[in-house]
Amino acid sequence: MSAALPHTAIERFVANLKAIPNNLRAATLRGGTPNTDRSRSSFVFGNVFLHLHPVRVHRWSLRWTTTFGLGIMATAAFLITLVTGVLLMFYYKPYPDAAYISIKDIHFVVPTGRFIRNIHRWAANVMVVAVLLHMARAFYTGAYRKPREFNWLIGMGLLVTTLGLSFTGYLLPWDQLAYWAITIGANIAQSPREVTDALNLTESFDPGGLQKLLLLGSSEVGEEALIRFFLLHVMLLPLVLFGLAAVHFWRIRKDGGLVRPANADEILGPRTEAYPVFTEAPKKTYQLAAIVKGKTAAVGKGPENTLPSMPHLFYAELGILMLTAGICLALAMVSDAPLKELANPAVPENPAKAPWYFLGLQELVAHSAFMGGIGIPSIVLIGLGLIPFLDRETAGTGEWFGGPGGKPLVLQAIVVGLGSAIAIEAVAIQFGWIREWFPKAPQLLITLINPGTVLTLVYALYSVWLVKKHDSTRAGALGLFTCFLCGFALLTLIGTYFRGPNWNFYWSPADWPAH
Amino acid sequence: MTVTPTPARSRLDPEPMPRRDFLGLASLWAAASTMVFAAIGMLRLPKAAVLASPSKKFKVNLPESLPQGEGFVPPGRSVAVFKDKEGVYAVSLICTHLGCIVKQTQTGFDCPCHGSRFALDGTVIKGPAPAPLKWHKVAVSGSSVTVDEESSVPAGTKVQA
Ligand code: HEM
Ligand code: FES
Repeated sequence: MSAALPHTAIERFVANLKAIPNNLRAATLRGGTPNTDRSRSSFVFGNVFLHLHPVRVHRWSLRWTTTFGLGIMATAAFLITLVTGVLLMFYYKPYPDAAYISIKDIHFVVPTGRFIRNIHRWAANVMVVAVLLHMARAFYTGAYRKPREFNWLIGMGLLVTTLGLSFTGYLLPWDQLAYWAITIGANIAQSPREVTDALNLTESFDPGGLQKLLLLGSSEVGEEALIRFFLLHVMLLPLVLFGLAAVHFWRIRKDGGLVRPANADEILGPRTEAYPVFTEAPKKTYQLAAIVKGKTAAVGKGPENTLPSMPHLFYAELGILMLTAGICLALAMVSDAPLKELANPAVPENPAKAPWYFLGLQELVAHSAFMGGIGIPSIVLIGLGLIPFLDRETAGTGEWFGGPGGKPLVLQAIVVGLGSAIAIEAVAIQFGWIREWFPKAPQLLITLINPGTVLTLVYALYSVWLVKKHDSTRAGALGLFTCFLCGFALLTLIGTYFRGPNWNFYWSPADWPAH
Repeated sequence: MTVTPTPARSRLDPEPMPRRDFLGLASLWAAASTMVFAAIGMLRLPKAAVLASPSKKFKVNLPESLPQGEGFVPPGRSVAVFKDKEGVYAVSLICTHLGCIVKQTQTGFDCPCHGSRFALDGTVIKGPAPAPLKWHKVAVSGSSVTVDEESSVPAGTKVQA
């Protein structure tokens, strides 16, 4: 007890008042100001929001070319949609016609409404692009391999949830674009009926009808569908995404940080002071190897090649958040989110197009709904999920296009993937498909033999050939993934730019007939 | 009289499950199955039992002059009503592929969404549609026709006035 302690209660009260800023700070930062590597480490470790981060990161993970920041970019775009989405909810009314009017109000009357709406729309698009590229990054660097198989699966959950968020958001404006895209989507959900009908099963076994009923809450797109999509879009799917993302980030830590080549330390060489060093004191380094079992970032390697997350990783993350926000804002300024006429169940939009990342599927659906909309997407998802369990090799892990075959194989696969997709599309556009050749062909055949089915088969055979040629499962996986990526890109391109009214092929929208 | 003592259990014999373990396991399984049933019960809710859609039956007066082979589409409906020598019939305009509304042409119906084409009687000529357009039940009294959009009748069913 010091003598300087105030005597009267009033004096103590005044002293407490003066001390509020300091005491508030002390109460918030439990361990004092984090201004040394040590206190920063315990700050990251002990903070409920930060502790999903590792305390230290390997220098390899901070290299720009390791991730291109794509996972963080997806996270940043999600956060932006979250903030702008909450703002939009101040005015949005999830009821047919009222929904359209409220979006119109947001767009034309509400202060900054159009800008916020544009940012929301663009951030959603940026998120889809970032997630797709991030998945490709994880694939090409072999990040799906042991012990990261589980995180690859969680990532697939995130991909599906992201697409679900986009799809459910698409209906909310209740305009022509929304109404017809969702009508088509809901009927794709019902399309297993094509098979059950052909087999005369629909009376007793109707998964397609059940899916559509659960999705729409009715037999057509109406108020029930709108409220369901709203619930999914603003609550259920964001919660699912939060849960999956938390596990995703946690597992990165537990799996020993980002994947890196076995000889990463040699490649990096001794540490130059390229990274700013904030404080070196105290000199002792701290690592969590004693707490965390398994392959941690630093086991057996010494801590020389790791840096404290605070500030190095946090600066990188903040930088990408700013970049992502900048991209979304710039796009929102130059390009408005679309809003067509009020939904009209009697007149379809022509052409009725889904969001761009579904147009590749729409291209397949235009030949047969079940195979294009459900069959092939399921095959692709199952295939993606199996990759980590079918390729158990280790060569090339952590390197871009690592493994037998390497970059030349990927280039060859791009040629094969694009070439066969172009060939099959050209045949279908020029000469039609099964119904045009054999008008009497049974429906089941038309349903199952989609151009996409043929393409899938070609890709599968090519990849089996690669496995044999290189005597490596990684070579097959590299080929197959690249082919599907190319096929997806090509079909999306055709669906987006080369399909006009009645889903006819046009070289340019200028050739579309006037109607 | 000989008393056979119960043989002592060998250390190598598997231990019988202690009562507490059994009760613990049983309650664990009970809790798990309760949760599974609760989840199934909750999934029951979103599957609507009563569909909130208005009646799909409507009455309409056909225009005086309805050329043969040209359907009349009552405003706001997705049906074309035809009249020829054999009688009146109604063909659904909802594409059997993915639910777009088809447009009538000289020779039949075209779907704007993925290019399915149907003949005047609804049979598929081209494109991805898996089934012919539906025919609906009609009832004629004088000049007014009642159509039930929810019903379906075999193609070719025409009703005389
Ligand atoms: C909403 C979607 C997603 C978010 C927000 C997300 C976020 C992240 C972040 C921040 C990282 C850290 C490294 C980096 O930035 O690349 C990461 C790593 C990873 N992600 Fe994702 N991700 C998503 C979807 C996916 C998908 C679709 C996959 C694959 C199917 C996937 C698989 C992985 C794997 C395997 C890693 C570990 C990479 C390594 O160890 O190098 N993620 N994710
Ligand atoms: S909805 Fe008619 S062709 Fe697809």
